[in-house]
Amino acid sequence: MGASQDGDALLRLRDVVKHFPVGQRRVGATADVVHAVDGVSLEVRRGETLGLVGETGCGKSTLARCATRLLALTSGRVVFDGHDITALSRRQLRPFRREFQMVFQDPYGSLNPHRRVGSIIGDPLTVHGLADGSAGRRRRVQEAMELVGLNPEHYNRYPAEFSGGQRQRIGVARALVLRPKLLVCDEPVSALDVSIRAQIINLLADLQRELDLTYLFISHDLSVVRQVCDRVAVMYLGKLAEVAPVADLYRRPRHPYVAALLSAVPVPDPDLSDRRQRIILAGEVPTPVHPPAGCRFHPRCPKARRRCVDQAPELVPRGGDEARHVTACHFPVEPGDDLALPHPPIDQPGQDAGDDLAPVAGGGR
Amino acid sequence: MTITAPGQAAAGAAAAPTVAIQGRGPWRLAWDRLRRDPAAIASAAVIVLIVAAAVAAPAVAHAVGHGPNDQYPDVGLTTAGLPVGPSRRFLLGTDNLGRDLLVRVLYGARISLLVGVAATLLATVAGVVVGLAAGYFSGLVDLTLARFMDVVLSFPYLLFAIALVSVHGPSLAITILVIAFFSWAAIGRIVRGQTLSIREQEYIEASWSVGSGAARVMFVEILPNLLAPVIVLATLLIPTAIVFEATLSFLGLGVAPPTATWGGMLSDSLAFYQVAWWFPLFPGLALLALTLAFNLLGDSVRDALDPAGWRTVIG
Amino acid sequence: MLRFLAHRLLLGLVVLWIVSVAVFVLFFVTPHDPARLIAGRLATPQTVALVNHRLGLDRPLPDQYGGFVWRALHGDLGYSYYSSAPVRQLLASRLPVTVSLVLGAAVLWLVLGVGVGVAAARRPRSVTDRAGTVFVLTGLSMPTFLVGLLLIYFLFFRLHLAGVDLFPAGGYVPLSQDPAGWAQHLLLPWITLAVVIAATYSRLTRSSLLEVLGQDYIRTARSKGLSEERVVYRQGLRSALTPVVTQLGIDIGGLLGGVIVTEQVFGLPGLGQLAWQSVTNQDLPVIIGTVLIASLFIVVANILVDLSYAFLDPRVRLA
Repeated sequence: MGASQDGDALLRLRDVVKHFPVGQRRVGATADVVHAVDGVSLEVRRGETLGLVGETGCGKSTLARCATRLLALTSGRVVFDGHDITALSRRQLRPFRREFQMVFQDPYGSLNPHRRVGSIIGDPLTVHGLADGSAGRRRRVQEAMELVGLNPEHYNRYPAEFSGGQRQRIGVARALVLRPKLLVCDEPVSALDVSIRAQIINLLADLQRELDLTYLFISHDLSVVRQVCDRVAVMYLGKLAEVAPVADLYRRPRHPYVAALLSAVPVPDPDLSDRRQRIILAGEVPTPVHPPAGCRFHPRCPKARRRCVDQAPELVPRGGDEARHVTACHFPVEPGDDLALPHPPIDQPGQDAGDDLAPVAGGGR
Repeated sequence: MTITAPGQAAAGAAAAPTVAIQGRGPWRLAWDRLRRDPAAIASAAVIVLIVAAAVAAPAVAHAVGHGPNDQYPDVGLTTAGLPVGPSRRFLLGTDNLGRDLLVRVLYGARISLLVGVAATLLATVAGVVVGLAAGYFSGLVDLTLARFMDVVLSFPYLLFAIALVSVHGPSLAITILVIAFFSWAAIGRIVRGQTLSIREQEYIEASWSVGSGAARVMFVEILPNLLAPVIVLATLLIPTAIVFEATLSFLGLGVAPPTATWGGMLSDSLAFYQVAWWFPLFPGLALLALTLAFNLLGDSVRDALDPAGWRTVIG
Repeated sequence: MLRFLAHRLLLGLVVLWIVSVAVFVLFFVTPHDPARLIAGRLATPQTVALVNHRLGLDRPLPDQYGGFVWRALHGDLGYSYYSSAPVRQLLASRLPVTVSLVLGAAVLWLVLGVGVGVAAARRPRSVTDRAGTVFVLTGLSMPTFLVGLLLIYFLFFRLHLAGVDLFPAGGYVPLSQDPAGWAQHLLLPWITLAVVIAATYSRLTRSSLLEVLGQDYIRTARSKGLSEERVVYRQGLRSALTPVVTQLGIDIGGLLGGVIVTEQVFGLPGLGQLAWQSVTNQDLPVIIGTVLIASLFIVVANILVDLSYAFLDPRVRLA
């Protein structure tokens, strides 16, 4: 979807860290902290669609909100179109908000039920003072509605009068009315029926061509991401596990976690499905309050060794991969690896206090 | 990269059916429900009647030739100095000073309506603004404002009202201010609670991402959601304010005599009820009618605006 | 739990402090002359000045306030300007009257209000429900003094004319002295107070119970074969009563300051009447005393309500 040459980076994230305090702030007590995002560096290039994938709780939504400065960063930098927007105040950020917008997940929660649709879509115009009179604003809103495939005559209706897919279109219209450069889509189709998803995805594709847009596309659904993205970044527990062009990732995942995820994606051909190796990970995702030491995935990883506990792997190209395919793993997946086989547990006397997992068991059935 | 979905028409899938189904917004629906509610119609009629009577008070006074404060000891009192009953000259009788009760009741309606509505308006505006601010900003602002509301709600209000009014001397303005001051916190608290939960909705986040500032989010996004409960609260506050005013007047602390107030008349009638049944009856009936009408209307408005809704919030 | 209690107590003290300051400011910022009132209309300026000095009213304001706080912390609330009686004694003598009035009325309004509410909730939209609504709205629309007047007229005056002297028009008889007389004299005031408030409780109980009865676990109880009585009263009412208890605490707390009208109408020598008189006489120490006691009750009532909430509803955390 869209051109993804090595254009310059429209959005650059450098070592972004975001921690949330847990529970009430009490005087004197050191609060526990949720490590939602723990040092993520990423680039979104002009014109491309970058997918950001991960399970619930891996930090992708938080990262998206840091990128659009809906949240303040704990540390790190956000650079948009060459401008450092990390520490800008709300007022200073305002002109930038015309350049990037967000499309939200919940078509029912993201539109104010007590406002008319035309008013909702026209919000950005009013906020940024770009509507020349109510007639002008109406015209631009109706243009946006047509752009996303809505009937502009429904300008005065309430969100409740639209279906889920239509409401998502309204959300897209609102995001596009100022003709931004970057759209951050936070699970835009997850809440829609499968048959509607295709429509919205097609819409997004068309819009990207027409309006020269760049997308940061967040999802937990790997099959959607495959169709939609040029490059994919996979997150686990607040850090990036692997980033690669989409074809490479799906053909040859290098990170064991990514391999396991991909093995679980449903495949229509039953024969193919039977022959496929299902990798079932042991244990559950640990709590982000006390993430495991070293590589965060090590307690569940079928290839884990001593080194994985002691040293967090860097996100670099591994053995033979091209420069754009980076993996954070000491022992990446090689062809011929059988990740479903049980493996001897690494001995781990240095296991962190507070790490409430059982000792690593073998992966597989 | 296009995905073909089965049976997909092009943008036509998004267009509404060509049948002219005129969608009715929630306000229109509520109004229709209200229109069909007999209790609402009846109570609205009573209120309109009383308002009309209040407006017409000077005209009526002129027509019968008696002012609200004019005393007629010779024709208005019996030889024993007691009030006379309803007659052709004094349609509703007289009070203990020989004043025309009909005219006084009509003028009393003005006071009750004025104080009731004005105090309610003030209290509602204050309550909404403070509640919105407390709920939206949270943190220190919320803490202070919420505590402030708690403190106001903890005041023994009648006691305080009496102290305040008696020390300053009775006056219309003070009455309105006192009633408003002791009513706003109840609204503020509810508005705050609603704001706190609305704030968590995704469309608030969407508004921020568009670049809206605090004021816009509070008044354009959150307030429309509050309008329905606030309207109900306000409508139900009016009769409370009216009763509050009547109580203050009853105790001699509302508007100063000789201005006619229903509460004042009832207080004066205490000594005479055994011999002049009309003296407490008519002001009492008027007070009851107005208060009951507003209560009924408030109930109907609540039913119309949200038949399922936040009953337990408001009670 | 202890933290919570301490926190609420602290808050309560702050409230009391603010109230006392407010009353002080109120009194002194506005035109007043209690000395003249006490000295009498014909008193000479010298007499007035003398009285002023005796009362300590010629000292600077912060001084007076400081003195007051100091004494109050020692349990001394000062002396009435008007009667020279110690304020504490005045309050103590009036307290039983008001407490009798409020508690008796509370029992009555609970029975009446919750009863009507439950009956209405069990058969929504029926005749019972409609009648209940009428009761509620009428009760809500009547100022207390009006109810009192009506009761006096019909149950005292009319009956009196008919030769039946069942309900006296006013006055108070201490419980310790004559229980029957105590109850007889308080009956009309109880009804007066209870009717108006029962209306609110009826509405509250009805809506709360309706909401609870709509829950799934009630449906389960019914399908298990439990009798309707058991379902409504044991399962439903227990949850539904939470807001009622909350309201009860708030009302009893606040009512102690608000019974002024009822006591006035029925001539009961309680705190309300004391408050009223003290304001008319510009009797600052007594004013402050009554306001403080009323605030104290509200604060205590609020704390008790919060505590009971935590017991009634296991989901509530006291943090």
